[in-house]
Amino acid sequence: MSRVMEVVSLARKTDRINMKDITAHVIDDFIELHGDRVFTDDPAIVGGVGRLNGLPVTVIGNQKGTTIEENMHSNFGSAHPEGYRKSLRLMKQAEKFNRPIINFINTSGAYCGVEAEERGQGEAIARNLFEMSALKVPILSIIMGEGGSGGALALALADEVWMMEHSIYSILSPEGFASILWKDSKKAGEAAELMRLTSADLKELGIVEKVIKENGPDGELTKETVLQMLKDDMTAKINELSKLSADSLTAERYERFRKY
Amino acid sequence: MRLFKKRPYISLEKTTSQNGPSVPDGMFEKCPNCKQSVYVRSMGQERICPHCHYALRIRAQERLALTIDQNSFDEWDEAVRGENPLGFPGYEEKIAKVQISSGLREAVVTGKATFQGTESAIGIMDSHFIMGSMGQAVGEKITRLFERATEESLPVVLFTASGGARMQEGIFSLMQMAKTSAAIKRHSDKGLFYLTVLTDPTTGGVTASFAMLGDIILAEPGALVGFAGKRVIEQTIKASLPDDFQLAETVLKNGFIDQIVERNQMRMVISQLLALHTYSDNKVKGDKT
Repeated sequence: MSRVMEVVSLARKTDRINMKDITAHVIDDFIELHGDRVFTDDPAIVGGVGRLNGLPVTVIGNQKGTTIEENMHSNFGSAHPEGYRKSLRLMKQAEKFNRPIINFINTSGAYCGVEAEERGQGEAIARNLFEMSALKVPILSIIMGEGGSGGALALALADEVWMMEHSIYSILSPEGFASILWKDSKKAGEAAELMRLTSADLKELGIVEKVIKENGPDGELTKETVLQMLKDDMTAKINELSKLSADSLTAERYERFRKY
Repeated sequence: MRLFKKRPYISLEKTTSQNGPSVPDGMFEKCPNCKQSVYVRSMGQERICPHCHYALRIRAQERLALTIDQNSFDEWDEAVRGENPLGFPGYEEKIAKVQISSGLREAVVTGKATFQGTESAIGIMDSHFIMGSMGQAVGEKITRLFERATEESLPVVLFTASGGARMQEGIFSLMQMAKTSAAIKRHSDKGLFYLTVLTDPTTGGVTASFAMLGDIILAEPGALVGFAGKRVIEQTIKASLPDDFQLAETVLKNGFIDQIVERNQMRMVISQLLALHTYSDNKVKGDKT
């Protein structure tokens, strides 16, 4: 296996830090909020309110489970349109109450199914991008494992985007990429080499601002260590962003994406 | 091993009879939608199938001629072109080749025009350029279209046609969805009108960004409109999908399109909608001066 494909498989491991770890160990007093108020509740995206070191925040993230049952329930973190509509509802709510928003992304992509199409998967993602670009509160998005395509971007139009060291962020899965370009999904390894989807590559390309270390000099860091680092960095960043006026926040967010 | 030896080519004698009826090339065309053979002239300039009313894929220049007032087009940003941000092997060569074969610089043409006298910014995507896929050049031109329209308080009419993201530009292609949507938000916040016309095909990242953000969304008959490709969905759910899946007519029923407009009516409907959304400058919402 190529070096990049090793990163891809690390990013897909089921024992990675997930939303449950975040809501249990990073965010205090987390209260989950369900439903898009239109159609249903999508378990692929979990959202709610809580505190980050005392500061009220809105937290949203893809739920990838650790067991097959959990993953069946949360559809492996692949959201239907109502997942995005729920996330937008919670983000608008955060704006109303002047709460910063932190998004945790771990999805191979928005779900590709019949119902998802019928209920407007494209529209739901587009609406998130449109609204998020002008939300008047800080948004921080962190790619936790897989950041696949528009389904990931729909939670990542943020003031800063970070990645875990062993996560990936790309236009499509390497398999899908190979399938479209060369009609052969088995060439995923070759595709991954070309796509520049690792955290180091994307940092270099200026797509993300920060990479959260998962490896130390003595090998893999413990989950507790990583979560603590993440919490400290998040707190510092949210405090920094909270000092900006709504106008400069949205203006800087616009410029962040304008440069691409 | 003589068995696998390549034999020399032999030339075949022409066997078709010279006396039988002959049809000149290009007189008939098969409709890609209903598969019926169509006498080309009966499609008219609009290129509509007389049997099923499907609006065939046309080029940006043809679209312009059919839609705007004659000689009213002022092209913007024609020099904008993409780079090869990932250093994808063979990408520059591919672009150069397609530029020659399509006669286009990129997959979208933008500018300003009048529609029965009403001025509007306009963008037309062309599926003949790498299936209208969106890379940095397309995203940049569309972003500039909205930014300039916002500055000049103009509405925007945008014809979409795209297979989705430009794979060779990878993550930078994905970022165009965010960039364009943010520019549309600013245009919208100024109270300006954005009209989308979905043409065949409108899919992927274009659907999941600017195609679905129009204040009013029109579509052409028989246009494919969706997010995920049909093949991908069939592989995911391991079942085959009905023929009308992701057809504009179905998407309208599902509530995501305002109206399906035949191509020969399009100019009139667009002009009417633009005229309905014309304000004098000082009445533009949000403009306090």
